[in-house]
Amino acid sequence: MSKSDKTHENEIESKRSDDKKALGRRAFVKLVGGTSVAVTAAGVLASDALLPQQAEAAAPDAAPANGKVLGPGAVAITLRVNGEEKKLSVEPRVTLLDALRDRLDMTGAKRVCDRGTCGACTMIVNGKAVYSCTVLAIEAAQSHADIQTIEGLAPEGQLHPVSQAFVDNDGQQCGFCTPGFVMAAKAYLDGHPHPIYDEVKAALGGNLCRCGTYMGVRRAVVQAGGGGPVPGTPQGAA
Amino acid sequence: MADYHWPPADKRSLIGKRISRIDGPWKSSGRAKYSFDINRPGMLYGKMVLSEQAHAKIEAIDTSDAEKMPGVRGVVLILEAGAEVMWVGQEIAAIAADTEEQSRDAVRAVKVKYTPLPFLAQEVEPSKAGTFTKVTGEVKAGDPDTAFKTADVIHEGMYGVPVITHCCLESHGQVIEWVGDKMQFWASTQSVSGVGGDLAGALTKKGLNITAANIEVITPVMGGGFGSKFQSDTWGLACAQLAKKTGKAVKMLLERDQELMVAGARPSMHSKVRVAAMKDGTLTAWDSETWGTNGTAAAAPPQLPYVIVPPNRRTAYTAVLTNMGPTRAWRAPNHPQLCAITLCALDDLADKLGMDPVDFLKKNLVLANKDRAPDYATELDKASELMDWKTKWHPRGDKTPGHIKRGVGVSLHTWGGGGHQSNCQCVIQPDGSVTVSLGTQDLGVGTRTVVTLIAAETMGLPLDGVNANIGDSHLPPSGGSGGSTTIGGVSSSTRRAATNALNLLLDKVAPSLNATADQLEAVGGRIQVQGDPSRGMDWKSACAKLAGTPITATGQTTRDLMSSGVGGVQMAEVSVDIETGIVRVEKMVAVQDCGLVMDLKTAESQVYGALIMGVGYALYEEKLMDQQTGKHLNPNMEFYKLAGINDVGELVCHFMTGPGYDERGPIGLGEPPTVSPGAVLSNAVANAIGVRVPELPLTPAHVLGALKLV
Repeated sequence: MSKSDKTHENEIESKRSDDKKALGRRAFVKLVGGTSVAVTAAGVLASDALLPQQAEAAAPDAAPANGKVLGPGAVAITLRVNGEEKKLSVEPRVTLLDALRDRLDMTGAKRVCDRGTCGACTMIVNGKAVYSCTVLAIEAAQSHADIQTIEGLAPEGQLHPVSQAFVDNDGQQCGFCTPGFVMAAKAYLDGHPHPIYDEVKAALGGNLCRCGTYMGVRRAVVQAGGGGPVPGTPQGAA
Repeated sequence: MADYHWPPADKRSLIGKRISRIDGPWKSSGRAKYSFDINRPGMLYGKMVLSEQAHAKIEAIDTSDAEKMPGVRGVVLILEAGAEVMWVGQEIAAIAADTEEQSRDAVRAVKVKYTPLPFLAQEVEPSKAGTFTKVTGEVKAGDPDTAFKTADVIHEGMYGVPVITHCCLESHGQVIEWVGDKMQFWASTQSVSGVGGDLAGALTKKGLNITAANIEVITPVMGGGFGSKFQSDTWGLACAQLAKKTGKAVKMLLERDQELMVAGARPSMHSKVRVAAMKDGTLTAWDSETWGTNGTAAAAPPQLPYVIVPPNRRTAYTAVLTNMGPTRAWRAPNHPQLCAITLCALDDLADKLGMDPVDFLKKNLVLANKDRAPDYATELDKASELMDWKTKWHPRGDKTPGHIKRGVGVSLHTWGGGGHQSNCQCVIQPDGSVTVSLGTQDLGVGTRTVVTLIAAETMGLPLDGVNANIGDSHLPPSGGSGGSTTIGGVSSSTRRAATNALNLLLDKVAPSLNATADQLEAVGGRIQVQGDPSRGMDWKSACAKLAGTPITATGQTTRDLMSSGVGGVQMAEVSVDIETGIVRVEKMVAVQDCGLVMDLKTAESQVYGALIMGVGYALYEEKLMDQQTGKHLNPNMEFYKLAGINDVGELVCHFMTGPGYDERGPIGLGEPPTVSPGAVLSNAVANAIGVRVPELPLTPAHVLGALKLV
C-alpha cells in the first residue's frame, strides 16, 4: 500500500467515521451485510427501517420489516431532492447518481469512477457528503433521505459562497470534478465553519481531480470558511 | 487607428493580470453542460461490446439474443467475423437501448467466438520480447568512441518511464442526433472545428453520406483531454450509426474501465545510458540503447539526449510491440520520457563528478539551444532562490540520523508552443455590445477567458463588455487544442479581429470628434483623441453612430503576434521513508517562460496542474498489464492512482515576464511544465536516499528495490 493509498483511505475513513446518517459506501455495505436490504436474484427486499442508524440498532438476524420484493423491473419511487418531491421510475439496481442524471436531468453531479473512489458524484444526503454512485435510488427513496445536489445550492443566476470561492481562487480547470468538490466542501464547512489550510487537505481527500486544481481548491475552502492564513499565496505583480 | 501589436506593460489593463475564468460560475454551480450531461428527448444509451482477447481472430459475433433483450433499439457491428482484435477492450459492436442498464445487459448477451493468437500484453525488454520487436536503427554524431576513451568520468545507468493512461474525468464519447440529413454532435473533443469532418469522412465510408458542413459540433465545455481527444473514434462512428438506425438521439460515453483500457495511453521509454564528461564537468558524449512500447505500432526513434546535447552521440532504439492497447498523444508527447532519461542520467553523472547538479547544468548550457540557453541560466538562478537550493542541497544521501531522508532535485525542459491557424470574427453592435466568435474549445485552460480579455483590452472595455462565443463548429474555424498551440492561435486572431472592428468604429466616430481615425484611441470605456481625452465620448455613444448597422470584422492568426520555443526549470524537495519506501513531496518550484502571459491566474493554474499531474506519473501511475490473460489490471481509479489533494506539497510557480519575454507575444503553456516532474522528483529521491530509483513511478516497491531492501 503506497503512501497515497494510506492517506486516501485515512481521509475517507475520517470523512465517513462520524457519518452515522450517511448512505456512503461503508454504511451501504453494512446495510447489505446486515438486515434491512437483501439483494436477491428476484430483486431487492425492501424495508421500512432503512436508515443506517436504525439498521445498526436492529438485531443482526431481524427479518425485513415488510418483506416486500421490489424489482427486477422498474419501480415507482419518490426522491426528496433539494426540498422537492420528485417522482420517477427506476429499476432497483439504479444508483442515486444515475437516477438523478438519467431520469431527472440533474447532471451537476458527475459519473467518473462509478465505484466510490473519486468523489465527482458527491451529494449531501441527510446533511453528510456521500458518493451518490454508491447509493441505490430506491434506498434513498425508502429512507426518505434528504438529498441536496449542487443544483439546489443557489437559484440559477446566483452563486453559493462556496461556488464563488472556487471561482475566485480558480479551484477548477476543466471543471468536471468541481461540483463534487463544491459539495464535499459545503458539507465539510457546514460542520467545520472556519477551517485552517491544512485541515482542508484531510476534508477533501476523498475527491480526485485530473487537471490538478488542488491549490485553488484549498484556497477556496479557506476563503469560504471566512479566511485564515493561506501559504503560497500568489506573489508578484498584477 | 489602433495597431495590432500587443500593448506595452503600462498600457495593459487586462492582459497579464489575474483574471478569474469567466466560465467559472457556470462550472462551480454545476450548470455547465458537458457532452456527458446532454439529455435529449427519447434519447437512447449506447454501450459497446469489447474484446476479451489480447490478440485473436473473430470467428463469429452473435447478437441475436441481445437484439431481443428488453429496451434494445439498435445494434451495429464495429468489426465483422474474420477481423483480428489486437488488444483487450477493442470495440467489436455497439448497442443502443432505452436505459443504460438495459444497454449493459444487452452487451453481456452478445456472444463472440475467437481463435486466440499469440500476444505480448506486458511490456518486457527487447531480449525477452521474442518476435514482438522492431529495431529502428542507430543514429551517430561526432565520434562517440573516442570521446568515451578520452573522458575523465563515465557513468552508466538504467532509466525508465512506464506506460500511463490519460484518465480523463469526462470519458471519451458523445451524444449524436440526426435532424434530417444534418447532425448535432455533442463531442467531448479537443478539436471542435476538426472532429466533424473526421466523423463525416468515417460515415461516408460506411455509406452514410454526410458533409462536414452538415455536422454541428457543440462543445461549450469539456472534461479533460490531455492530448487524447482529437478524433471521432470508433465510438463516434458507432454512435452516429446507432442514431441513424434508430432515429433517436444516442448518448455513448465510455465506461471508466474502457476509458483507461483504450482511450489514452502514453508510450513507455526505457534506456540503458552511458554518459561521459571531463573532470571540469564538461559533458562530452552520450550513448543510449532505448526501447519502449507504443502498442502494436512502432514509435519513431526518440530524440535523445534531451535539451543538453553533447557533440558525440550514439543512440539506438528498439520498439517493443505489445497488445496493451493503443497510445495517444499525452501532454508534451515524448518530452517527459526523454527528460526523465536524460536529466536523471546527467544528475547521476554530476554526482560521480562530485558536482552540484545546478552547477553541472549551468556549465553545460552551451550544449543547449543557443536561443534558450540564457533563459535557462536565469531560470536556474530563480528556481534556486525559490527553493533555497544552496541551503538544501547536499551530496548524494541524506546523512542525518533517522529513517526519513530529505533531498532536492533539479531538471529543465523545453517546448515549441507556436500558435495554430485560427479565425476570429468580431461584431460590434450599435448598442455597444461586442461579440468575438471562434470555433475553438476551452479544455479548462482558460481559452474563453483569454479571447474575452484580449477583445476587451483591444477596445478599452471592461471584461464584461465582451461576449465570447466558442465551442461550436459553425463558428469561424480554429485549430485543435494540441501541443500548446491554442493560445498563440486564438490570441493572435482575436487581437486582429478586434483591432479591425475597432478601426471601422473609429472611422465612423472620427468626424463627430473633428479628428481623423488615426488620432483616436479606445481606453477606459471611451473613444477619444490621443493626448486630448476631453475630445471623446463613451463607448455606447460611439457605437450609436453606427446607425443601426453592426460592424463585422475578422482576423486570422499571424506570426508577428506570437512566438515559439520556451524553456523552464523545476526543482523538487522530497522526504523518503527508507523503511517503508514512501516518497512524500515537500515542495516543488516551477520557473517557466511562455512569452507574454495573457491571464496570470489561469496560467498559474496550468503550471500547478502540470506539477500535480507530474506528481501523479512520477509517484503513482502505471498501466499494469497481465501477460497470462492479456488484461489491463487497474482500469479503475482505486488501483490506477491519481495524485490526491494530500499528495502534493507546497507548489511555487514563477513566470519569467517583462522585457525580453513579453515582446515575444504569447506562447503555449499546456505542455512545458508537465515535462520535468518525473526527472525532478526522481533526482530529489536519489539525492535523499543516495541511490537512483531507475524506473518511475517512485513507488515503495521501486524505492525499496533500489535500496536493495526487497
